[in-house]
Amino acid sequence: MKYFYLVWCNLRRKKLRTLLTVLSILVAFLLFGYLAAIRQAFNAGIDVAGADRLVVRHKISIIQLLPETYESRMEQIPGVDNAMHMTWFGGIYQKPSNFFAQMPVEPEELFDMYPEYLISDEHKKAWLDTKSGVIAGRQIAERFGWKVGDRIPIQATAWTHKSGSETWEFDLVGIYDGAEKGTDDTQFFFRYDFFEESRAWGSGLVGWYVVRVDDPQKAAETAATIDAEFANSPRETKAEPEGAFIQGFANQVGNIGLIIMSIVAAAFFTILLVTGNTMAYTVYERTSELAMLKAIGFSDRGVLGLVLGESFLLAIIGGSLGLGLAWILVSMGDPTGGTLPVFFFPVKDLLLGIVLIGLMALTAGILPAMQAQRLQIADAIRR
Amino acid sequence: MSDGRGNGLLVNLDSVDKVFKRGSEEIHVLGGLNLGIPRGEFLALMGPSGSGKTTLLNLVGGLDRPSEGTVEVGGERIDKLSDRKLASWRSRHVGLVFQFYNLLPVLTAQKNVELPLLLTNLSRAERVRHAAIALDIVGLSHRAKHYPRQLSGGEQQRTGIARAIVTDPTILLCDEPTGDLDRKSSDEILDILQALNREQGKTIVMVTHDIHAASRATRTLYLNKGMLTTEPEE
Repeated sequence: MKYFYLVWCNLRRKKLRTLLTVLSILVAFLLFGYLAAIRQAFNAGIDVAGADRLVVRHKISIIQLLPETYESRMEQIPGVDNAMHMTWFGGIYQKPSNFFAQMPVEPEELFDMYPEYLISDEHKKAWLDTKSGVIAGRQIAERFGWKVGDRIPIQATAWTHKSGSETWEFDLVGIYDGAEKGTDDTQFFFRYDFFEESRAWGSGLVGWYVVRVDDPQKAAETAATIDAEFANSPRETKAEPEGAFIQGFANQVGNIGLIIMSIVAAAFFTILLVTGNTMAYTVYERTSELAMLKAIGFSDRGVLGLVLGESFLLAIIGGSLGLGLAWILVSMGDPTGGTLPVFFFPVKDLLLGIVLIGLMALTAGILPAMQAQRLQIADAIRR
Repeated sequence: MSDGRGNGLLVNLDSVDKVFKRGSEEIHVLGGLNLGIPRGEFLALMGPSGSGKTTLLNLVGGLDRPSEGTVEVGGERIDKLSDRKLASWRSRHVGLVFQFYNLLPVLTAQKNVELPLLLTNLSRAERVRHAAIALDIVGLSHRAKHYPRQLSGGEQQRTGIARAIVTDPTILLCDEPTGDLDRKSSDEILDILQALNREQGKTIVMVTHDIHAASRATRTLYLNKGMLTTEPEE
């Protein structure tokens, strides 16, 4: 610690240069942190996808519907423990920008299939007792200020009400929480029986199925058996693990991970050059001072440590501020207003950021530090 | 530190050659040089530019190594020490005063003087105390909190001397300590060096071009074409 003051004073020598370098590093790590949250949001669900769950959709496209009757047939297939269906409702709450998932489901099945959705027995019972009841995720409820007992109108975009109205009214009877950080708690589940008897068209048709298998090790085998069961029918299926299904959904936008990593890598490479240049210039212009330190007894390693210390301090200040700022901005919530429901700064990316701070400091500082280490006192002292 | 091997010399250079290589060219700066410096001596080294005065000073201070020959200080063959041990040896036994002071501009006079003490096990409070004493010796206590840019040339050099003596080194090596100063400041610096030699028995080797400065030393040697003489070459 006794050398910290020396390192700190050296960084303060050229305040503007240090400030600009710190800002450059800050921007790189801010970008890293924010894009990590976006990547996480696009991959939301993959990390927490059930290894024992399959998603079965129409072979052609997810927007093609499947018969409701497939459920009982699937449950008879060896290896299938349970099956439930879901359907995309795609309604609007108040205005089109209020985007979130609404789905009719079988209430008896939902919490059995998704144990990561946590709900009280009281709310669960209320849902079973109320045909027009709806269960909303904690995040979406807080976003719109909903409380249990509220009546929530949703404007249909596809599923017209039997009455001819586009407006469906639901009673909020419960709120669920996510068991994990990545669990999506922005969904809006209502009862399938209510949906079935109220919709103007599509009776007996559902969006897709979620199937729980007995043995996750045999998930691929079971998926193939399900597809074989419905092969050559008018509505063939495509079954795949839940994680792969979600990944495929995200990939429709493009390889988000690759795009984001490319941006971050370009930013880091540029900042590395900036920081490396700063450190190299710092050593160059202080040649005689570093030689003096060696002359009065600082060892080669000691001088190496001092220069690396500056590099680390620079990177730690800029990197920490960048990551901290990213954390704050991400904490302010989904910037799209609903498209990225699971939006947070993953701890693993925070840890990766900390490792990157160290790597950046080392990479930017090691060559100038070695240059300082190798200085010949007699030559350098008079420069 | 002992006085060498019983010959009364603190510094003993024996048959020292120093050759610099510049590309394929070899420049012989010192050739077969012998020098003994008794403890407590104030030696002035004079000679024309390029005669090897600073090279000789660097060899005595362990800042450079001879191409041939031996350099013994306080009975220790410093030419044989590893880089790491030599650095440690310098921190304990050598005080250096440079022509252009070589103070760190980002540190106050007090902190500059404390620099060599960072290499010791002294606590922060002890370092502060030692630096204060050193600054007091050179009469600069009142400027302790000032940065080098706020000090005159003479004051900066006095700070440099305080830094050199703060560890109570065995030998003080001064490379043109008055070369960048006016007469008044030079005299102040020389007064301090002379006092350190006379009152504290510090062994001092001073490289200088200035005959006036050399006159303060107890002995003057002249270096010319790599050879030491007691008289300047005509």
